[in-house]
Amino acid sequence: MRRLNTQRFLRNAVDAFRVNVIHARQQVRSPVTNIARTSFFHVKRSNIWLAAVTKQNVNAAMVFEFLYKMCDVMTAYFGKISEENIKNNFVLIYELLDEILDFGYPQNSETGALKTFITQQGIKGQHQTKEEQSQITSQVTGQIGWRREGIKYRRNELFLDVLESVNLLMSPQGQVLSAHVSGRVVMKSYLSGMPECKFGMNDKIVIDKQGKGGASDDAGKSGKQSIAIDDCTFHQCVRLSKFDSERSISFIPPDGEYELMRYRTTKDIILPFRVIPLVREVGRTKLEVKVVIKSNFKPSLLAQKIEVRIPTPLNTSGVQVICMKGKAKYKASENAIVWKIKRMAGMKESQISAEIELLPTNDKKKWARPPISMNFEVPFAPSGLKVRYLKVFESKLNYSDHDVIKWVRYIGRSGIYETRC
Amino acid sequence: MTDSKYFTTTKKGEIFELKAELNSDKKEKKKEAVKKVIASMTVGKDVSALFPDVVNCMQTDNLELKKLVYLYLMNYAKSQPDMAIMAVNTFVKDCEDPNPLIRALAVRTMGCIRVDKITEYLCEPLRKCLKDEDPYVRKTAAVCVAKLHDINAQLVEDQGFLDTLKDLISDSNPMVVANAVAALSEIAESHPNSNLLDLNPQTINKLLTALNECTEWGQIFILDCLANYTPRDDRESQSICERVTPRLSHANSAVVLSAVKVLMKFMEMLPKDLDYYGTLLKKLAPPLVTLLSAEPELQYVALRNINLIVQRRPEILKHEMKVFFVKYNDPIYVKLEKLDIMIRLASQANIAQVLAELKEYATEVDVDFVRKAVRAIGRCAIKVEQSAERCVSTLLDLIQTKVNYVVQEAIVVIKDIFRKYPNKYESVIATLCENLDSLDEPEARAAMIWIVGEYAERIDNADELLESFLEGFHDESTQVQLQLLTAIVKLFLKKPTETQELVQQVLSLATQDSDNPDLRDRGYIYWRLLSTDPVAAKEVVLAEKPLISEETDLIEPTLLEELICHIGTLASVYHKPPSAFVEGSRGVQHKRLPGSAGSGESVESPDTGSAAGVSDAPPAVIPSQGDLLGDLLNLDLTPPATTGPPPPATSGMQLGAMDLLGGGLDSLLGGDLGGSSAMGAGFGAPPAAPAASFSAPVSGGLDDLFDLGGGVGMPMGAYSPPKTVWLPAMKGKGLEISGTFARRAGVIQMEMTLTNKAMSVMTDFAIQFNRNSFGLAPAGPLQVLTPLSPNQSIEVTLPLNTVGPVMKMDPLNNLQVAVKNNIDVFYFSCQYPISMLFVEDGKMERQVFLATWKDISNDNEAQFQIKDCHLSSDAVSNKLQGSNIFTIAKRTVDGQDMLYQSTKLSNGIWVLAELRVQTGNPTFTVCLKCRAPEVSQCVFQSYDAVLKN
Repeated sequence: MRRLNTQRFLRNAVDAFRVNVIHARQQVRSPVTNIARTSFFHVKRSNIWLAAVTKQNVNAAMVFEFLYKMCDVMTAYFGKISEENIKNNFVLIYELLDEILDFGYPQNSETGALKTFITQQGIKGQHQTKEEQSQITSQVTGQIGWRREGIKYRRNELFLDVLESVNLLMSPQGQVLSAHVSGRVVMKSYLSGMPECKFGMNDKIVIDKQGKGGASDDAGKSGKQSIAIDDCTFHQCVRLSKFDSERSISFIPPDGEYELMRYRTTKDIILPFRVIPLVREVGRTKLEVKVVIKSNFKPSLLAQKIEVRIPTPLNTSGVQVICMKGKAKYKASENAIVWKIKRMAGMKESQISAEIELLPTNDKKKWARPPISMNFEVPFAPSGLKVRYLKVFESKLNYSDHDVIKWVRYIGRSGIYETRC
Repeated sequence: MTDSKYFTTTKKGEIFELKAELNSDKKEKKKEAVKKVIASMTVGKDVSALFPDVVNCMQTDNLELKKLVYLYLMNYAKSQPDMAIMAVNTFVKDCEDPNPLIRALAVRTMGCIRVDKITEYLCEPLRKCLKDEDPYVRKTAAVCVAKLHDINAQLVEDQGFLDTLKDLISDSNPMVVANAVAALSEIAESHPNSNLLDLNPQTINKLLTALNECTEWGQIFILDCLANYTPRDDRESQSICERVTPRLSHANSAVVLSAVKVLMKFMEMLPKDLDYYGTLLKKLAPPLVTLLSAEPELQYVALRNINLIVQRRPEILKHEMKVFFVKYNDPIYVKLEKLDIMIRLASQANIAQVLAELKEYATEVDVDFVRKAVRAIGRCAIKVEQSAERCVSTLLDLIQTKVNYVVQEAIVVIKDIFRKYPNKYESVIATLCENLDSLDEPEARAAMIWIVGEYAERIDNADELLESFLEGFHDESTQVQLQLLTAIVKLFLKKPTETQELVQQVLSLATQDSDNPDLRDRGYIYWRLLSTDPVAAKEVVLAEKPLISEETDLIEPTLLEELICHIGTLASVYHKPPSAFVEGSRGVQHKRLPGSAGSGESVESPDTGSAAGVSDAPPAVIPSQGDLLGDLLNLDLTPPATTGPPPPATSGMQLGAMDLLGGGLDSLLGGDLGGSSAMGAGFGAPPAAPAASFSAPVSGGLDDLFDLGGGVGMPMGAYSPPKTVWLPAMKGKGLEISGTFARRAGVIQMEMTLTNKAMSVMTDFAIQFNRNSFGLAPAGPLQVLTPLSPNQSIEVTLPLNTVGPVMKMDPLNNLQVAVKNNIDVFYFSCQYPISMLFVEDGKMERQVFLATWKDISNDNEAQFQIKDCHLSSDAVSNKLQGSNIFTIAKRTVDGQDMLYQSTKLSNGIWVLAELRVQTGNPTFTVCLKCRAPEVSQCVFQSYDAVLKN
């Protein structure tokens, strides 16, 4: 099942793509393919290939961003992108495509705005008054394309989730080869009107500036840790020029859930777990593996969904495991021992040891020893990021910052958390 | 309610049923029916028969139904142009609908219907919509101008739409501005010299304002457009940079990359001692690193771009090595790119870390990746002298693993290390020799043989080792054979007493038993050298070789500059200029970085466009022109011992071509990465190093060989087929037209005989062509001066040009013609021999030919047989030359003459051919290679026709 974005191309382009990319025997060597002077871009979502085709020197980054965005829009409309869902909604997809892409130029692709005038599944055009129509168009093309006017809630509420994924690559000797946190601040806003928001966090640059400013009140607070943010990117609602000049984050939020910002830090990361591997080759047919994990955070906090994945050689014939905590199993189909622990408090230690029997092979190639990887979830932000405030101003409606109910939650997850062995 | 049910109807009489439903009175039923029709259309069923019925549904006030019908129209209007006209009225009406959504929808859809007749009707509504009060309609209309321009450029110009579009840049709505910019940029690309995007400080200011307000996509259009502007001075440049930097924090990677492009370009103009310059450099690194946490496909695009950026300004990312470390789960395309960048960033400061990583990678699973990692270790050694020793020992460790491809790759890079640091690491030779038997790839074998030959005096059993290779001499690849020949001669010159027999054996193998001309030539040269003046032989063969230097694959500076101007686009992903993969006139413009603002510091980072920049390029590394020369004839001149820097004349040609390049010549620039960068590297080389004296005779010999082919024959007239009847009198109401095409003195002519077989006089003749594959169009009016009386015939010659509108025809050389006279308009179609499009300057330079042949993938190769042709190869090439098919080289193998030929079509497409002619065999084989393989069939027909007449 394929879908082409531009009508300028004929079916033979589709066929060329199918033959050359989808049915090519080897692994995908590049997401951009040039066949007979035609360039194909593709991304894959489960078993659906989304492809874009061009004969010109287009902006490649834009094409991919657009394909992702299209996935987002489709997901927002009908859930998972699957063959069945696409068949069920093909008319809708046509209409969406028609609206978000014109002659290969992406147009407004914000679901919030699209919902106001996409006719399939939604508002019926003919009942709108003239004012409503022009309101739609000015909103779609206007400065605040992501929010429509006239939203009302009885209870003004907002949820902030600080979601971090901590990535680590550690050498067998315990030396950190690379570590970084990529975090996202996801906001769910249920606010009336066109609220103006201001978001503050313990960004080192901001805190230092305030400290210098000499306000004694703030100086006391800045005794708290601040963090150095390497780089951050924002949702298009954030006024970037203001951030650039004053480093303040102000915006009018879209309605509902969206990603306010992404950031990356590399300094002073709290690594929630340390993995200490020990692999010993006993002769040609046996391996002894011992792995110790240590949790490294406040004892009062609990880590969840811990999973350690210890790769085994392809010629493994049998495995015996003993673990102190949780459950461990050898999964032959995945060539790995998977060790699962439901919960673990901070400052604890646990251990697994395994004996791996190997079939003798005459394969000269050494086992590549893939790294031991780990998954977990912890209730704090490994980067140390703290939300300091989120202020809401709506001058036209009569609710103030104090009336808004705000929720903040921190979740730290493992990204690619690997220790070489 | 789901739509999937629409896909399942496959009953008989389906079309009939749908027809009934479409004409139903109930709206819901109609809607359902249209959905079914569209479902059939999606899966590729032909539902064009329902055209009138669907169009009937168009007149509705239901927006949903209307959208569906429009969707159908876009698909089928082209195949049913006459019926599409029926829809025009509704379109025009909809363009005036009170609902702006419907107005926009109508104008958007109309632009997508690529039917000439409809476009005429489109002009008026479009003009209104461009000035509509609603921004949504205006932004849609702006795009529509670009659509219309794509269908009929002339019309857009005549109607003055371009000026209206320019006015929209000052529109109050940011999205309208963005779309206008996007449309203008696209149109401007096809008019390289027009001043369409008249960028001046005022418009730039407007764009920068809109930049803060429009959607993410709009920001991309505007940034891409800004990148084409050249600020007047460094102050303006700085102020633009200041206003663009906030975009680096955008969540959309494409916005970030486009902003990087603008900054990279305008930075050129800033004085390097300016504080702001340093600030800007610092600001660029974090967003580039952030791009690496995007989805893998975007990471790939970002990495390809970062690769360019670090070549141009290595200082930006020099501290960010770690982020390019490969993750186990990265897709292979990301891994390979990261590896490339790691090597570029490797320096004394981080080499230990890099080496540890590379060693890790060398044990991974993917063979390509492992090879590249091993090669990378070698490159580190060459780049960072202090690390060389560590690199060599790492390589030795890897050789110990005995993994076959790792060993071979390691040996190839160790050879390069020897060439960089002669007489330093020879202690490892013993280890290398142990692995001699496991080498099965030509490159590794050749490298090993080179090492043995080069250090023959230190290897006790060098003669035995080389002798062992000699046993299977004829089974070896050319690369190995050549290398072996040279190595044994070296050995002989070093230890003359013990190896006389060996050298004679190899010389006789090379000269007497080999069919390979290069091997023979080289053999004879050695033989003569050794027999006439052994001292001179020693000087030549054992001459000190120039050291190779670090980066083998730096992109040639002019190309790099151009690519920097294309950051974010496909060109930057392919590392090729747009002309290499975009057809036609688009993208032929070559973009350049602006000159730096005459500060004294410019020496430190010279503007590479200038001559100084070029000569600053790092000296060449070995495999420069060998690659180019080698591949076609399947002989490889790469071996380091023999290849000196290319002769200066060649490089001059390459540079010239670089600048003069038109659409067709792109083959040169478009060489695959390795090819073009090697060329670039070759260019930077010192013109005549001592060792070059050795390679000169070899290539000289080749030249002679080529000249043989080049000088063949005198041109004869171009082939022109006999006249055939195009329009029989029956169909032409008494007018009979027969004709043919010819190319005379570089002008394409249509030669016709008009015969009046009717009873009345004919006057007022005129002719028109439909759009066709090569843009053929009459260059003047049809000259029939006197009225054509009954039973009279007249010969008319109509000169043609190839600047008309283009549309691909089937067959490719089909031409649809309309002839008008006082009686009626007649339509007929004819096929022209494609040979009349072969231009006179279709003789490709040999070098270019070889590079192009190699560059075009084998998928684009087509083979044909020409039967019953009793001509000698010389006569063949003579004949073909008359039709502008030029023989570039000739070679005789086993009594078979191979002619290498090139020809160029009027639209700049090159066709390369290999024609095999065997004496006494009337069947020739012709092998055609072309970037546009569609033309091969037609070209073959021309070959056939030309040769048989």
